[in-house]
Amino acid sequence: MKVELRDPNKIMKLSRLGSFHQSKLSFLRSFLNEFKEWEYKRDLFNLNENGIGEAVYSFKKSKRVYSLICFANEIKDEERSDRVIATKWDAAFTLHDGVPTKKDIERLKNEVPKQEVGRLSYKELTLSRANKSVRIYNHVVESLSKGQQPDLNLLSKVGYLYRTTAVYGSGKFGLADRFRIKNRKEINGPFRLEMMLVYLVRQFTFDQVNHVAYHKNPKTAVKLDDNICKNLGIGNSTGLGMAPFIVNHPTLLNNWILSRERALKKIRQIKDVKSQDRNLFIDCVKKSLRNVTSWNTDSEYQQKKISSLLKDVEKFLNFIDKDFNFETEYPFNKIYQWLEDNTCEECIEYIVSIMMEPYNDIVNPLVKEMSSDEEKYFNIPTYRKVEELRNIIEAKYPNILDINFEEKENNKNFWFISKNKEEPRLADRFEEHGSELEQPLAIARDIKKLYDKLLVSKNSLTIAEFLTSNSELRHVVRRAFIVEKFPYSEIQDNTIGKDLIPIDMLRLKLSFFGALKFDPRSDKWLRICMFQGAPLPNELKNYDEHWVYKTNI
Amino acid sequence: MKSLSEIETTVKRASKAVGYSWGVSEETGKSIRLLELFGLPGIKHINEYFSEKNKTKFENLNLISENNSSSKPYCPINLGVSFLDQINVLENLKKIEFKNVAYPIIFISFISRSSEIIGKKIYVKIDEKKILLNLNVNISSNFIYQEFPKIANAIEVNLLENEDNFTDDEWNNLYKLSEDTFVEESDSLKEGAAGAGLTDND
Repeated sequence: MKVELRDPNKIMKLSRLGSFHQSKLSFLRSFLNEFKEWEYKRDLFNLNENGIGEAVYSFKKSKRVYSLICFANEIKDEERSDRVIATKWDAAFTLHDGVPTKKDIERLKNEVPKQEVGRLSYKELTLSRANKSVRIYNHVVESLSKGQQPDLNLLSKVGYLYRTTAVYGSGKFGLADRFRIKNRKEINGPFRLEMMLVYLVRQFTFDQVNHVAYHKNPKTAVKLDDNICKNLGIGNSTGLGMAPFIVNHPTLLNNWILSRERALKKIRQIKDVKSQDRNLFIDCVKKSLRNVTSWNTDSEYQQKKISSLLKDVEKFLNFIDKDFNFETEYPFNKIYQWLEDNTCEECIEYIVSIMMEPYNDIVNPLVKEMSSDEEKYFNIPTYRKVEELRNIIEAKYPNILDINFEEKENNKNFWFISKNKEEPRLADRFEEHGSELEQPLAIARDIKKLYDKLLVSKNSLTIAEFLTSNSELRHVVRRAFIVEKFPYSEIQDNTIGKDLIPIDMLRLKLSFFGALKFDPRSDKWLRICMFQGAPLPNELKNYDEHWVYKTNI
Repeated sequence: MKSLSEIETTVKRASKAVGYSWGVSEETGKSIRLLELFGLPGIKHINEYFSEKNKTKFENLNLISENNSSSKPYCPINLGVSFLDQINVLENLKKIEFKNVAYPIIFISFISRSSEIIGKKIYVKIDEKKILLNLNVNISSNFIYQEFPKIANAIEVNLLENEDNFTDDEWNNLYKLSEDTFVEESDSLKEGAAGAGLTDND
């Protein structure tokens, strides 16, 4: 049976993209899979009794070494902030390429804690910082120092000891450019080194809390139970900085979504599903309910989404138990069709993610397809004709062409870069100043403008000729030729309209990272948890790869 | 040291700030990144050009022909983007001449990218200085350690056909030497070593 890939015009709508969940394709899971055979080591742990100092952790295989260098700092409570305007953090980290020398550590000690105003070198690959969840951290230290394990109910409300507030890579602040390392097989997957940093930071948080508890009371202190550690992740606070990324990297976005769509298509095409695969799928759906019921958020918007997700997953399980026969041909195709007819977008994408669990043979080859050599597609094929470009736009942006940007509500917002922090921001163009410095992220509006110009241009004009008098549309001409080859490269929605929910854009990216428990704090930023339930570094050689669905707190 | 990613992003934004469209600014960011990757003074020259752009009027050239001249210096970005966009047509011309081009090293970066698009080397003479653009893989020149001019009085662009850089004799000589790694076939080897026997006619 032939199943078509899902229509980009449906899947690339923001409400659908904002309903995506982690899966086996997610970067933190593919990172663990790639590095499970590497030798993990804590190379340096030089902290004082308050947990202040330096530590180094590494992954090594043959001659290749990646080292996380941690700098734990003393900060006052009032200095602690998750906002990007903060200038001090409880800890700062960089992933160094190789084994750092003492000189490297001294150099980095002066730069890494400064984050955006520090300077890194080509020997550093990623950069990050994190703040303690003070309530949880202090409780854990207090309990361990008295010889007790912490209160699991309290831990489950947060899920981590520290949360990062930014993770930088790819040439930012002097870090190594991607091209320097792109041929390394082990990082042939997006954000792999960012995932390594976060994963090793998680281990640092456990080691630090044990260390501080011990020094508080060496006679009575105990270590944080491994099983509790395993069920704690690393938090992350994420704002609008992530949103432009998915617009600015169209071929990369395509490759992420296309891999997911190909996986789904192949799974729907399986004629007979083996009983162990069926059982694994159902088991993961059932166990995953724990992730939904322990998903805490104050956001009314997210609470509604969680509530309908929970209701629909239960409805789905009921359907599978009572009305569905897995012995039927192409069962996953039938399940998918049932989901489309009977459940919300959040539930459809949730179950689609879990469908991948039994199928390493389908998913693993796709993981390797998720990077992109973006330079290859940068040049505009200027020898092509106006007529061709118009046809591409009509075929690839059908709903975008229906939007009337003369209406205020469709043109309400503008994206800009803040002068204070050099970070992306979103504002109302009719109420705030600065829209003349708008970033080129209003793709739908500009595609519509391009289309209108093409309608009154000669069919036989080459794109080179067209561009001589339409330079202001060059950025979208480039995109239209990209979407011709990469059908999932474009968000098929208006990114400046009044109904825009920016966290949909963040969630899309975070789901591919492998984040759990999205907790919107407003429509523009959210907290998440990563690696909750993941194996500890010393368990990597033999771990349950479905750990995501087996968290206990 | 600044990363190439920082260079590209900052040049792109600066280019937009001085009045180019976002699309052209993207091209400029790419081109200056390329110069810096090749160890050429891209940042220095784009900086000087942007400073001068406020004070001096530069000429835009949208359609390039065989001979192009202007009393005002040509803008190297506009000229470069036009060259890049029209390279498939310009490929049919053997030689293209430009008179009076500002900051020619910036223009050169666009010609280098064009060389990759058509898959041909491009030889450029800026006044008396010679530059070979090699499919955007490298840029070689006879004045690499000298100061690049701020104005080129005359630029001659030659699109080279894909030809060998060596003589037939040189090649034959080398090929003959390589044959010393081959085995002379005996009759039995002729019959059995390739698997098809002595005749492969149907």
